[in-house]
Amino acid sequence: MSIDTINNDFADLFEQGKSLLEDNSSKFMNTKREEAVEYFKKLGVPTLANENYKYTNLVPAFDHPYTVDLQYRTVIGDLNELFYCDVPELDTNLVLLSNGWYYNQNRELDIPKGVIVCSLQEAAEKHSEIFEKHYGKYAKPNEEGLVALNTALAKDGVFIYVPKNIVVEKPIQVINLLRSDRDLMATQRNLVVIEENAQAKLIFCDHTLTHNKYLSNTVSEINVAKNAVFDLYTLQNQHLNATVLNSVFIRQEANSNVLTNTLSLYGGMIRNNHYTLFDGEHCENHTYGMYLMDRQQHVDNFTFADHAKPNCVSNEHFKGVMDDDATAAFTGKIHVRRDAQKTEAYQSNNNLLLSENAVINTKPQLIIDADDVKCSHGATVGQMDDDALFYLRARGIHEEEARMMLMFAFAHEIIEKIRVDALKDRIDELVEKRLRGEISKCNTCAIACNQ
Amino acid sequence: MLSIKNLHASINGKEILKGINLEIKPGEVHAIMGPNGAGKSTLASVLAGRELFEVTEGEVVFEQKDLLDLSPEARAKEGIFLGFQYPIEIPGVSTVNFMKTAVNEHRKYKGLEPLKAADFLKLMRDKKNLVEIDSKLTNRSVNEGFSGGEKKKNEIFQMAMLEPKLAVLDETDSGLDIDALRVVANGVNKLKNAENSTVVITHYQRLLDYIVPDVVHVLFDGRIVKTAGKELALELEEKGYDWIKEELVK
Repeated sequence: MSIDTINNDFADLFEQGKSLLEDNSSKFMNTKREEAVEYFKKLGVPTLANENYKYTNLVPAFDHPYTVDLQYRTVIGDLNELFYCDVPELDTNLVLLSNGWYYNQNRELDIPKGVIVCSLQEAAEKHSEIFEKHYGKYAKPNEEGLVALNTALAKDGVFIYVPKNIVVEKPIQVINLLRSDRDLMATQRNLVVIEENAQAKLIFCDHTLTHNKYLSNTVSEINVAKNAVFDLYTLQNQHLNATVLNSVFIRQEANSNVLTNTLSLYGGMIRNNHYTLFDGEHCENHTYGMYLMDRQQHVDNFTFADHAKPNCVSNEHFKGVMDDDATAAFTGKIHVRRDAQKTEAYQSNNNLLLSENAVINTKPQLIIDADDVKCSHGATVGQMDDDALFYLRARGIHEEEARMMLMFAFAHEIIEKIRVDALKDRIDELVEKRLRGEISKCNTCAIACNQ
Repeated sequence: MLSIKNLHASINGKEILKGINLEIKPGEVHAIMGPNGAGKSTLASVLAGRELFEVTEGEVVFEQKDLLDLSPEARAKEGIFLGFQYPIEIPGVSTVNFMKTAVNEHRKYKGLEPLKAADFLKLMRDKKNLVEIDSKLTNRSVNEGFSGGEKKKNEIFQMAMLEPKLAVLDETDSGLDIDALRVVANGVNKLKNAENSTVVITHYQRLLDYIVPDVVHVLFDGRIVKTAGKELALELEEKGYDWIKEELVK
């Protein structure tokens, strides 16, 4: 199927599904939806001709007769029973989504008064003032076809609001469970608002619970107000028949501190769009990522640090280990705008290639319009260090084990940046299993989908 | 313990070792001296099993086993320890994890159970005291950011942990100040007993004031050209290596 046919099919879906799409959505969302439909008609699904998608061909992922749920589908059985997160000692506020929709029987959360965690649909009605102040403000449906598509189809996802001065100690863990008996395209839309001087940690996990082919097109908008501290950990761990398209738009206000870590452990095709807008002075941002790919998996991390205000620091580090026929791409775009003096922006991308056929395309893209800045970028692509390998073997460590230790050490530099200890330990464990060629999935999930 | 006969080895087609013969008995300390480029480090690397070097001729028997047949890790488990001239920095691998893995691989080879965490930590503590290495170093990644002296101390610490039958110390004295040299030499001497043997490879005589050899060999152009008692080291220090070259020409 050609890309035009795919785009036209979506246009038909908007048309024919209009009443279902608008049903149960707020007027505000539907206004945004209408705009997005028009943007999508212009932009379409990004193709290889789009410079930002040069190394990721989305057409095969979209070229499939997926089911698209335009309304909440009743979940059969109790998801709380069917699924539990087996991260040891990871005490979190657990929120379940079903195919991108907020599960209607989520358990009560242990959160401070005033903090809101609910479905996007509910927030749009009940908390319309907050919702309308932020929804659709940071993501760019006019620039990015996937965002336009998401906004045109978006009906639900998670909404998180942390009021001024409130610290949410327990991380909020949002797990999206893909569970369908038909091949499915999921559209998840999240909105996170962290008010002034508030603090929260958020973990997004994706799990596939059935063998079906999935396409997830998720957009998250996150506003971090003055002096707020926010962590986002994204754990991508799906099966080989799944495509993950994940766009995150973060806006930081003055003196805010944001750390993100995107860990791509498993999945058929993964594309991460990660935007950070520095919209106040003295912001600090750490953007980390790690990908472990083998077989014919593909991961593409596209990041954009938009330094619009002076005196901010951004620090970006992505690392990848690639084996077999896996392919990866990394683009690190940094724009220091004219008035953003005294910006410090650092970026690096290191890759370890374990096979002849693995491919990585890595590209820094720095646009610097200010004159008093410190910026650096660096990329490495290499094989295992033979001297280090021999050193370990010369102490009696078996070659395979020595290789494992070196790979793990390579990946650990990113894992150790996680600011939730239990999560860090769990990721360490998962990564070790993954590198040893054992399953990388959390146990419950591996059992359920038998991959 | 170790018997080397007519050992030839080359790298990229260039022959470096041109017929080495060497016999080492349990409890002995041998010093191998020689000018730069003589093949001292190559000999150490070949014994440890570095695959960069190709053995073209000869045999090496260690404790009745054909050493050249074994992988580097098998040699280590048989009891050979190479003290590296330039120990490698391995960011992200903790010294504790590195040593735990190595010690347990050695134990597995001997048919022993892995050490319990508490026992392992006790072993670490004991050996740290023995070789006077600071916990600050062992708590870090392997050799990462260590000074030259700290790296050499760490080699001796690893040697203490693994208790080899034969230690080959490659230029362990290079770049060491006199205090670090004493610490390193003390460590080696404390680990010495009647069963194990040590080969000290060095360019200078000074180390041999602290680690006193039974036998001194001179390696020159890929061959051992002179073997004598410890007095040979002093003679070399005084006269340099030129007189050996002259003797060879005659």
